[in-house]
Amino acid sequence: MELFYFLLLGFAILMYVVLDGFDLGLGILYPALHEQHDRDMMMRSVSHVWDGNETWLVFGGVILMGAFPAAYATLLPTLYLPICLMLVALIFRGIAFEYRFKAHSSRQWWDLAFGLGSSVAAFCQGLMLGSLVQSGGEVLLSPFSVLTAFAVMAGYALLGATYLVVKTSGELQSKAKALVKPLLAAVVLAMLAVSLWNFAAVPSVHSRWLENIGWLWPIPFITAVLAFALLKSLKHSEVAPFFCAVALFVMGFIGLVVGLFPELVPGRLNLFEAAAPAQSLKFMLPGVLIFVPLILAYTFWGYRIFRGKVHDFEEGY
Amino acid sequence: MDAALLSRIQFAWTVSFHILFPTMTIGLAVLIATWEGLWLKTRNPRYLQLAKFWIKPFAITFGSGVVTGIVLSYEFGTNFSEFSHLVGPVLGPLMTYEVLTAFFLEAGFLGVMLFGWQRVGERLHFFATLIVALGTLLSAFWILAANSWMQTPAGYEFVNGQYVPVDWFKVIFNPSFPLRLVHMLLATFLTASFLVAGISAWYLLKGYDREFAKRGLSMTLWFILVLAPLQAFVGDEHGLVVKEHQPAKLAAMEGIWDKVEKSPGLRLFAIPDEKAETNHLEVEVPYLASIILTHSLDGEVTGLKAFAPKDRPPVTPVFFSFRVMVGLGVLMILVAFWANWRRRGGKLWQDKWLLRLLVCMTPAGLIATIAGWWVVEIGRQPWLVYGLVRTEQVVSNLPVERVALTLALFVVTYLVLLAAFLHFYRKLIRKGPPDMAKLESQLVGMQAPGYALNWVRELKKEGF
Repeated sequence: MELFYFLLLGFAILMYVVLDGFDLGLGILYPALHEQHDRDMMMRSVSHVWDGNETWLVFGGVILMGAFPAAYATLLPTLYLPICLMLVALIFRGIAFEYRFKAHSSRQWWDLAFGLGSSVAAFCQGLMLGSLVQSGGEVLLSPFSVLTAFAVMAGYALLGATYLVVKTSGELQSKAKALVKPLLAAVVLAMLAVSLWNFAAVPSVHSRWLENIGWLWPIPFITAVLAFALLKSLKHSEVAPFFCAVALFVMGFIGLVVGLFPELVPGRLNLFEAAAPAQSLKFMLPGVLIFVPLILAYTFWGYRIFRGKVHDFEEGY
Repeated sequence: MDAALLSRIQFAWTVSFHILFPTMTIGLAVLIATWEGLWLKTRNPRYLQLAKFWIKPFAITFGSGVVTGIVLSYEFGTNFSEFSHLVGPVLGPLMTYEVLTAFFLEAGFLGVMLFGWQRVGERLHFFATLIVALGTLLSAFWILAANSWMQTPAGYEFVNGQYVPVDWFKVIFNPSFPLRLVHMLLATFLTASFLVAGISAWYLLKGYDREFAKRGLSMTLWFILVLAPLQAFVGDEHGLVVKEHQPAKLAAMEGIWDKVEKSPGLRLFAIPDEKAETNHLEVEVPYLASIILTHSLDGEVTGLKAFAPKDRPPVTPVFFSFRVMVGLGVLMILVAFWANWRRRGGKLWQDKWLLRLLVCMTPAGLIATIAGWWVVEIGRQPWLVYGLVRTEQVVSNLPVERVALTLALFVVTYLVLLAAFLHFYRKLIRKGPPDMAKLESQLVGMQAPGYALNWVRELKKEGF
């Protein structure tokens, strides 16, 4: 059962990273796309889904608290500053969705709130990831954690750019397409650097990979294939690059978890030590089994309703 | 200043701020769904106008509620880590259910509700609105179950240094939960009703679309007429639960100091003095508290001196918050009767003073709700989980400057948030309801299949 919740937690984090990843990515791309019209379209392409995407972050938090309270209690105070900073950044970018279209004189401030808020939130998430891998949570502004922070930002930006290719047409689409290549290069380099560092500096990760290379080799292999496929598909497909980017994230995540498993707070707590008593896990189980598929179904339905390009007219409420 | 105190200030600040928004959106969601349903049933476009107008303030309120709520779900861990370790096995699952059954539901259907007018049929749109309203109600259900458990814990045992659930039904339906849920839901409906009534009254005074304003005001006045007296009754019943389970809180609410006070009177006003363990400047109605709390003239109520000073809640804020809440409740009932009385013969719509009073009452529900929450939350101190976990035990061990920094960050952020919220709220209200003629022209052929597609083509032809 602990294992089930571990997988669920991983699933929640992955859903969050992929879904909020692309809408945070749009904010990160803001400095590169500065025409008002482009920014209108970018905001509109996610204004109906960002709220649902961010809910996965809350879900991750409560699953961690409910299923692994010891890990929640250990991790959150150690990651105190980046968490608080991320929350504040998310507040600013969240309200920018509500206010930007209603603002006239203050629009540039909401642009800043959205762009900077998204970047800071992504940076903090990357920083937390880096610190977690490197030191079991103690927040470090080390070269490695800063590198992961930029890697996460580049990854989100890549998701955002490929999402824009799906949702837009014409000039903005070509601008987004032009951004994909350099972003992909940055992501691939960053993934490589982070993996190699992780492999070289953490003995447990090192031995995990060496001992199991017989069945772990597909992970880096598929990742490389995906990066290549993304590059190729850019010429003839609008949708494929986005899904390649998503798959790239999934592979990166799997690669990371494989190295750390079963540690939850590396070096301090593994998932069995941190798990809540069986009564709690049992109580949540029916809810999870019934509602998670339901949530996925209506989330998918919501995306279907708003499928197609973002139209260039007022479609607000 | 130590980190523990700063953490508590930070939590008080962020939670007090957050509660403003859901209080408005829960009631508003139900009102909007009602209007949209009435429109589908009667085809009277006035109802659609009401729904379409109020969706806008609803949306910005909802957005503010979402972003401030996320903060809370992480603050349990960041600032009160020992708390989340101790009671995580009980509260974590409750909050997981809140996310699973409410947050995702709201977020998933909110997009359709806000942006889907031209994308889905009207029935499906109404369905989305209903689901959003249902989501807000479910959210209230779970979070109040969690809060009530912290007030009147039940169905748990203490194993290996953690509070662990043994009977989930008892955990959720703990003694103070049912009445607290009803009390809170009535508060949100009253809050939304006073909001709509006040702004409609302002439109009448300022000469906006009169028919729109009259319909909004008329409907909400009926709601208030039923709900405000009902709330007084429920609040009174809830007081009896507090008396039974949290006597120290009740003593602070009533300002009763003696170990046991026989035939206590109702203190309308007093200045509690915690050092001298007495009240100054008391204005008291004899026997009234005894009648309310024990339903007899010579009842006995436990006072604050029955508890060691370290087990007493801060008396002054509890005492005054309680009076603000009850005072506003009484005022609401009076206004409800007066306004509904004046409605007969249609005098209300011209009664400038009454309309002005209603405008002044616009935030009444919000203020009463916050005051009520302060009674609940401050009155529970020094316990975080009543009788089990003391607040000072469970604060994270954080460097003081770190908490000071984030506290400053949250204060500034929330002030900016509030300023922006008020600015844009005002802007939306001043803009007034959507133009009726335009609304009706948009409705032509709305039920026809392919309508949305044609509409898009039309717009493109017009050069959009």
